Amino acid sequence: MQLMALFVIQLLNGLQLGVTLFLMASGLTLVFGIMNFVNLAHGSFFMCGAYFAAVTFAATDSFLLAGAAAILGTVVLGLLIEIGALSSLYSRDHLIQVLCTFGLILIFNELVQIIWGLDSLYLNVPQVLSGTISILGQPYPLYRAAVIIVGLAVALALYIMIHRRRVGMLIRAGAFDPVMVSALGVNITRLNTLVFAVGAGLAGLAGLLAAPMTSIESGMGEPVLILTLVVIVTGGIGSIRGAFYGAIIVGIIDTIGRAFLPLAFMSVMPPAFAQSAGPAIASMLIYLLMAVILAFRPQGLFPVRAAT
Amino acid sequence: MKWNVTAIATVVILAGLALVPVAAHAIGDLFYVTLFSRILIFALAGVGLNLLLGYGGMVSFGHALYVAIGAYSVGILSVSGITSGWIQLSCGLAFGGVVSIIIGLICLRTTGMTFIMITLAFAQMFYFVAVGLKRFGGDEGISLPARSLLPPFDLHHNIVLYYTILTVLVAVLWGLQRILSSRFGLALRGTKLNQVRMRSLGFQTLRVQLIAYVLSALICVIAGFFLANLTRFVSPSYVHWSISGELIVIVVLGGMGTLIGPVLGAIALISLEELLTSGLLHLPGAGDAFVHRHWKLLLGIFIVGVAIFLQKGLYGIIVGRRTAP
Repeated sequence: MQLMALFVIQLLNGLQLGVTLFLMASGLTLVFGIMNFVNLAHGSFFMCGAYFAAVTFAATDSFLLAGAAAILGTVVLGLLIEIGALSSLYSRDHLIQVLCTFGLILIFNELVQIIWGLDSLYLNVPQVLSGTISILGQPYPLYRAAVIIVGLAVALALYIMIHRRRVGMLIRAGAFDPVMVSALGVNITRLNTLVFAVGAGLAGLAGLLAAPMTSIESGMGEPVLILTLVVIVTGGIGSIRGAFYGAIIVGIIDTIGRAFLPLAFMSVMPPAFAQSAGPAIASMLIYLLMAVILAFRPQGLFPVRAAT
Repeated sequence: MKWNVTAIATVVILAGLALVPVAAHAIGDLFYVTLFSRILIFALAGVGLNLLLGYGGMVSFGHALYVAIGAYSVGILSVSGITSGWIQLSCGLAFGGVVSIIIGLICLRTTGMTFIMITLAFAQMFYFVAVGLKRFGGDEGISLPARSLLPPFDLHHNIVLYYTILTVLVAVLWGLQRILSSRFGLALRGTKLNQVRMRSLGFQTLRVQLIAYVLSALICVIAGFFLANLTRFVSPSYVHWSISGELIVIVVLGGMGTLIGPVLGAIALISLEELLTSGLLHLPGAGDAFVHRHWKLLLGIFIVGVAIFLQKGLYGIIVGRRTAP
C-alpha cells in the first residue's frame, strides 16, 4: 500500500512535469511546423517568465500580478523578437537559424544576470496553494495539483482553439502547407507572429508555474528546452496532439524512472553498482525511448500529415 | 588556379601556426603555446564537424559528445591506472566508433530540423551519463595526475604537445583532402545537393552519410583526447550543448565546405573568447571588468552577427571567393 501510494504520487509528479513540458512544446512545435524555423531560444522565454514572475512578486506581493507579468511580459518579448529579428530568418537555412538563436540564448542568459544579478531568485508558493491534499493517505502539495489542473485546462483550451476554431484551422493548414494557405489569401506573416507570440506566452506560463519549485537562475531554460525537443521529436513536429501525448509520456517516464529504477536495480544487482548505474540509466530513459520511437517511426508518434 | 589559391592559403596558415611556439619563445610568453594548443584542438574538432556540416549538409548540434568521449577515455583509463596514450586513444576511437554508428543510424533516419534536435538530445543524454559517473568525478569532473604516455611524443612538454597536435591536424587535413576528391567525397557532396537523384543513380546515400558521420565523429574523438591532455581535466562540461554550438560557430565563421576554413574559425573564435574573458581592453571606467564578467553577451551578439552577415566565412573574405558547395 505504501509503495502503491508512492507510485501514484510519482505518477502525479510525472503528470505535472508532463503538462509543464506540454506548455513549452505546444508553442514550439507550431513554430517548427508552420514557419519551418528552428528556435533554440524558446527556453529563454521559460526563463524570462520565471524572472518576470519573481521580480513582480517581490515588488507587489501579489501572485496574480506576478502571473500576469510573466505571461504578458513574455508575449511582448516574443512579439519584439519575432518582428525585430527572427521573422527575417524564416526563409533562411536551418543552420543560420540554429546559429542565430544559439547567439540569442547567450545574450538572454547574460542579460538576466546583468539586470537581476548573479544570485538565484526564488518565488514562494502563493498562500492559498501552500497546503497539501491527501492522496491515498499521503500528503501531496496542493500547488503541484494546481499546476496539473492549470496545464490540463490550457491543453483543453488549445485543443478547442486548434481543432474547433477558424484560427486553429488556419494554423493546422499552415503546418500542412504554408504556401497554399497564403495563396488562399491568409496573411501568413500575421499568423506567424500570432503563433510565435502565443508560444512565447505559453513558455512564460510554464516558467511561472515551475518557478516556485526551482531556483530561478540564468541558463535554467536550456535543460527544459532540450526535454521539449525530445517531446516534439517523439510526438511529431507541428502536431499539438503529438506534443500533448509526447509531453505526458516523457514527463511520466522520466519521473517514474528516476524514482523507481534505482530501487529496481537495488533488488537485482550489487548495491554499489546499482547506486551509480541506477540514476545514470534513469536519466537516459527518455532518450532511449526517443531513439526507439524514431527507429520505427521517424516522423514521430503523431505526424501532422497522418492526423489530417 | 582556384586550387592554387586554396593551397597557398592552406600552406600560409599552417606555416603560421608552426611558427607560434617560436614567436611565443621570442616574446618570452609561453602562455601563447597553451592558447594555440587549445585553438588547434578546436580547429581539429571543427575540421571533423565540417566534413559532416559543410560537405555533407548535415547539421549536427551534438558533436561535443565525441569530443567528450575522447576526453573521458583519457580520464577514465588514466584514473584506472592505464597511462598509455595509444591504448586510451584506441579505446576512445573504438567506443566513439560504435556510439557514432548507432547514433548515426538513428539520426540519419531523419533529416533537416529533426536531425538537429536529435543530435542535440543524444549529446544531452551523454551529459547526464557523464554527470552520473560518480566514480569519475560526476558533476565535478576529474583532474588527471599526468598527461598520457604517447611514445615517441613526450606530451609533458607543452611545445611537443603543440607540435603533436599540429602534426595530427595536418595529417587529418591531408587525409580529408584525399577522401573528398575521391569517389566517396563526390558522392557525399552529391548527396548534400540532391539525395533522391543520387539514390536513383545507384548510390547508397545512407551509407555515404553514415561513413561521413562516423569519420567526423572519430576526428572529434581525437580532438577530445588532446583536449583532456592539454587541460589535464575532464568534466561533463565538455559535452555541454554550448560546446556543440561553438563547434558549429567555428565551422560557419571560418567558412563551410573549405578544408582550412574551420582552422581560421577556431583561431578567430578562441582568440576572441580569450580577449573577452581576460584581455586588457583599456575600456573607460569598470568597462574591462564588465566585459570579463559578461563576455558571453558580446559573444552572443558576435554569433548573431556572424549568422546574419558572414555568409562566406572568414576564408571566403580572405581568399575573396565563394566557398565551394
